[in-house]
Amino acid sequence: MSASAQEINNLINQEYKQGFVTELETDTFPIGLDEDVIHKLSKVKNEPEFMLEYRLKAFRHWQTMKSPEWAFVKFDPIDYQAISYYSAPKRKEDGPKSLDEIDPQVLEAYKKLGIPLDEQERLAGIAVDAVFDSVSVATTFKGKLKDAGVIFCPISEALREHPELIKEYLGSVVPHTDNYFAALNAAVFTDGSFVYIPKGVRCPMELSTYFRINAANTGQFERTLIIADEGSHVSYLEGCTAPMRDENQLHAAVVELVAMKDATIKYSTVQNWYPGDKNGLGGIYNFVTKRADCRGDNSKVSWTQVETGSAITWKYPSCVLTGDNAVGEFYSVALTNNYQQADTGTKMIHIGKNTRSTIVSKGISAGKAQNTYRGLVKVLKSAENARNYTQCDSLLVGDQCGAHTFPYIEVKQPSAQVEHEATTSKISEDQLFFCQQRGLSAEDAVSMIVNGFCKEVFKELPMEFAVEAQALLGLSLEGSVG
Amino acid sequence: MLSIKNLTVNVNDKQILKGINLEIKPGEIHAIMGPNGSGKSTLSHILSGKAGYTVTGGSVTYQGKDLLEMAPEIRAREGVFLAFQYPVEIPGVSNIYLLKAALNSIRKHHSQPEVDAMDFLTLVKDKVRLLEMDEKFLYRAVNEGFSGGEKKRNEILQMAILEPKLCILDETDSGLDIDALKIVSEGVNSLRAADRSFVMVTHYQRLLDYIKPDFVHVLAHGQIVKSGGAELALELEEKGYSWVEDSKAAI
Ligand SMILES: Nc1ncnc2c1ncn2[C@@H]1O[C@H](COP(=O)(O)OP(=O)(O)O)[C@@H](O)[C@H]1O
Ligand SMILES: [Mg+2]
Repeated sequence: MSASAQEINNLINQEYKQGFVTELETDTFPIGLDEDVIHKLSKVKNEPEFMLEYRLKAFRHWQTMKSPEWAFVKFDPIDYQAISYYSAPKRKEDGPKSLDEIDPQVLEAYKKLGIPLDEQERLAGIAVDAVFDSVSVATTFKGKLKDAGVIFCPISEALREHPELIKEYLGSVVPHTDNYFAALNAAVFTDGSFVYIPKGVRCPMELSTYFRINAANTGQFERTLIIADEGSHVSYLEGCTAPMRDENQLHAAVVELVAMKDATIKYSTVQNWYPGDKNGLGGIYNFVTKRADCRGDNSKVSWTQVETGSAITWKYPSCVLTGDNAVGEFYSVALTNNYQQADTGTKMIHIGKNTRSTIVSKGISAGKAQNTYRGLVKVLKSAENARNYTQCDSLLVGDQCGAHTFPYIEVKQPSAQVEHEATTSKISEDQLFFCQQRGLSAEDAVSMIVNGFCKEVFKELPMEFAVEAQALLGLSLEGSVG
Repeated sequence: MLSIKNLTVNVNDKQILKGINLEIKPGEIHAIMGPNGSGKSTLSHILSGKAGYTVTGGSVTYQGKDLLEMAPEIRAREGVFLAFQYPVEIPGVSNIYLLKAALNSIRKHHSQPEVDAMDFLTLVKDKVRLLEMDEKFLYRAVNEGFSGGEKKRNEILQMAILEPKLCILDETDSGLDIDALKIVSEGVNSLRAADRSFVMVTHYQRLLDYIKPDFVHVLAHGQIVKSGGAELALELEEKGYSWVEDSKAAI
């Protein structure tokens, strides 16, 4: 007989293939957080003095703040004194890294994740920055990018080598006072990527960063900054995985994008942090602040995210459309299963004239999971002829999960046009039976139907990343025909 | 090919099929006629493995195996095909993608390699032409926004490509205008083969003008109350179902 609703629930339960642990010698701080830890962190990273001051300012501010409670997620209070704020694979000495110096275990871990870093095997046409716990362990194709004038390096390196850019842009989109997790991140961030695309340059290859959490009892505090100068163009993708553990682990990231006049940034995420087990034990708390400032006229930022992992996702990649004719896009697939919780969406802030934004959100909820879309479209008085189109679809698998939609719309400019469409549907037993009657297993049928539901978003992922996205996603993308 | 013996089936504790007996040999076409609610779709669903039915007695043997033991996708891969009375829509999944996935899952079951992309395209275009469909349908989401008749034609397209052994057509003729009925019938006729059998569920005689059955069975109140040759359909058309229903009451 065909699968019942309960059986369907189990079908998208796929084994978490990235749940292995790499045994390594590490440099790890003792748990706990105070100003001494921040001093130590800044020192181990060899940072300029201004960074230490910035961190301390953020830390002091964070101590005055409270953990936010408005999101539709439930979790026990996090004990910030029980976390270690720095963990890195041991290295013999400091100085410029070559691949030979990287612990072979770390290389092996990335290989297992489908991201070979060595010269012969690395991905053609894609530059990779590999962040392992608190440090970047390798960045490929740096030379080739440098020839084009592109800077692509770990942010900790950028702090030392490009302090003028850091001073100008870091915290300019997401200030350290922005929110609780952003303040914490500003105080203790460890690594992430830095990208600068000079005027008029079209980045010759795709850039990507793979974030891997490996060590136990640590938090990962990613910081990424991408600056696209006038008329430039860049496409960037990040992927994320972590071992299976019974304890929750925190990944609190801040990502800032700046697009100058006529610049375009395409930012794609395939988030596959460990989601916890079937009973809701363990998993990553993914508390992320991502924001783009479309500062120049005709600038464009497009966020595409495929969120399948994490116990809790709290994330709203946003666009501040400052320049005239600026364009902001948000394409999202968020899949929650078992006891996963996701509260995700976007903010589109229209400031410039003729600014345009598009939001396409696909939420899939299975098991006992809760999936929330939360979006703000704000049109300021200055944003004449601003336009927004929002489409927000939810798909329920089984009847014990929930989907929620909270669209907030604030319009202060009468010429603005804001459209919102929302649907909620269920995978019906009739659809499933139909597919099985054509020879597909129930599992393949669910996957096919879910993929069909997400098609509009998947087609926004850069082609070059399709294979990796597939590997990380655990869901097969629809094939080349049709 | 198929042997149904004393099959009784409940839905929600209500008996719907009350002892069905049917023997189908390779190459035969059997028409099953009967009034609304007599259990025709229930029989089609039981043969193809839909959930929600309880078999309370009897057996179904397909190619020497116990059909009722098999998962629905295994039945499909073993050659059982149901053209649905009400085909469902699957948004976002293109027709051609579904066809390829279905064909490959069947091929895999028979230890055959995945179909070659070019061969597949040739095959599909062939069958699209046979059913006088527009190629655009291949790239549209499965049945989404299709008219009733287009959905039915699409079912036959799938059948033509998957080449099943036992084809069950549940009221494929309803919703088709006369031209479409002709085309679909030609499609079905082109699939007739010595090792392929058909069960055609229909209300109306008119389909049988185009696809000539070897046997006609009349289903009423969950039982086959009368069986005969193609001429039985004509007689039914003339006298109405009350004729056979009454004859059953007389037994
Ligand atoms: N899920 C169900 N629950 C209750 N009764 C059902 C269900 N499915 C079918 N039936 C009943 O079974 C009988 C036969 O239905 P069906 O097989 O669809 O008839 P037909 O296809 O011949 O019109 C009808 O009386 C119908 O109401
Ligand atoms: Mg019926």
